[in-house]
Amino acid sequence: MEYSQKVMDHFSNPRNVGKMENADGVGEVGNPTCGDIMKIYLKIDDGKITDAKFNTFGCGAAVATSSIATEMIKGKTIDEALKLTNKAVIEALDGLPPAKVHCSVLAEEAVKAAIADYYKKNNIPLTDELKGCKGCCGACGEKEN
Amino acid sequence: MIVYADNAATTAVSKKSIEAMLPYFDKYYGNPSSVHQIGREAAKALIEARKTVAESLGAEEREIYFTSGGTEADNWAITFAANLGAKKGKKHLITTKIEHHAVLYMFEKLEKEGFEVTYLDVYKDGIVKIEDVEKAIRQDTALVSVMYANNEIGTIQPIAQIGKICREKGVLFHTDAVQAVGHLPINVKDENIDMLSLSAHKFHGPKGVGALYCKKGIKLESFLLGGGQEMGKRASTENVAGIVGMAAALKQSISEMTENEKKVTAMRDKLIEELSKIPHSILNGHRTKRLPGNVNFCFEGIEGESMLLLLDMKGICASSGSACTSGSLDPSHVLLAIGLPHAVAHGSLRLTVCEYNTGQEIEYIIEELPKIIQRLREMSPVWESIIKEEK
Ligand SMILES: Cc1ncc(COP(=O)(O)O)c(C=O)c1O
Repeated sequence: MEYSQKVMDHFSNPRNVGKMENADGVGEVGNPTCGDIMKIYLKIDDGKITDAKFNTFGCGAAVATSSIATEMIKGKTIDEALKLTNKAVIEALDGLPPAKVHCSVLAEEAVKAAIADYYKKNNIPLTDELKGCKGCCGACGEKEN
Repeated sequence: MIVYADNAATTAVSKKSIEAMLPYFDKYYGNPSSVHQIGREAAKALIEARKTVAESLGAEEREIYFTSGGTEADNWAITFAANLGAKKGKKHLITTKIEHHAVLYMFEKLEKEGFEVTYLDVYKDGIVKIEDVEKAIRQDTALVSVMYANNEIGTIQPIAQIGKICREKGVLFHTDAVQAVGHLPINVKDENIDMLSLSAHKFHGPKGVGALYCKKGIKLESFLLGGGQEMGKRASTENVAGIVGMAAALKQSISEMTENEKKVTAMRDKLIEELSKIPHSILNGHRTKRLPGNVNFCFEGIEGESMLLLLDMKGICASSGSACTSGSLDPSHVLLAIGLPHAVAHGSLRLTVCEYNTGQEIEYIIEELPKIIQRLREMSPVWESIIKEEK
């Protein structure tokens, strides 16, 4: 199995790694049993993501997908961030080995879970795409459907 | 600096093994079955090699069958024993939960074909209990197969005692000794072993060559049909160079065993001692009843593959039993069998050293590894909760 240079770059020099104090939205997906957990923190100002950070337990691809996902949503509006797909994450990393595609799904879900958390904190009704979240974290309070 | 600490996966071929092999590629390249002199030279080499391998195990030459490696020897022994048992109406088999997949998948296949298999527990220290073996044996037991030493956690099983019980009860006993041969003293007669698998590339021989020992008197069935090689039991023109290389490597390993064991055990113990100091680290497998070169730890809060990638960037070659490295969703069956929770098993690291490693290399690992663990833990939400719980 070979990772792309981009994956190795994000794995060895992860961007936006670390905890965020007083985050406006926090999303955690995955579980340690499966071997990956991603936690994404967002700072949101006027509908815009002004900062994003992450903490990840997982393989090289899990770290790289969280790193690039935070990079991809920083400075974006919530609506734009909600459009982030796992495909876009894979493309941005110049591809992932087939066995690691689930890591990109987790990254997408972690972003959505963090936004859902922000909505909940601010009493904003969840949009349909957030309700459909498959994350095993339970952060959005929605059952897997 | 490149530090190769993955000797349980495979080893470097020794100089002596390489030198022994070379003439059989372009000088004595004949087919051992041929009548002419070039073929006769190859046939002579096979006789010598068989003698060396037999002597190394305390066996006779006619009890050694060369194979394409450990997997083939395992598959052969188990298929044969099951077929033999079935003919006598014996359809119960015994093995352990921590066998290599070359053994485990054979048993799973036989289960689907109607055999009943008992998978023995190995408890927390990774070692089978003799009483469990004794209790598991029934009237209809056709085979007991227990590995000599485990490839992941290095634990050494009480083979001589199991052999004794099996002999007393008249049950065939096979051991996958792939990790043990060349590293531990073995005598198939003293230990009452009926069948034993070995593989050259685990003791500084070439890959793709191994052997099955099968005690005389046991009517081993043919595995490959064709020419009459290997006493008619395993057709195919012999891998002469490989077999010669295996014999040379084995001879060397056996003659240097005592001295290597001392050196390698010291490196292992140094690693265990130092890595145990890392908070939330767990040594997997028995502290002393383990292969001289095997170190296996779990570091809580981190995942194995990312640890391997960072080690690799530092030139340290190691392996892990995490799901990500096994290509499945579950971490290693061996780590689960010794009772580790999934989450912890994902953070395993196996370092396997040999006599080619140096004290300086061990120091280098001891210096670099804690930094890598620290770095991954700082990034890990799991570690964060472990720390929180502690407080
Ligand atoms: C315990 C054990 N059995 C069997 C095998 C398979 O041996 P080979 O690679 O020679 O087929 C290995 C090596 O991977 C092993 O460690």
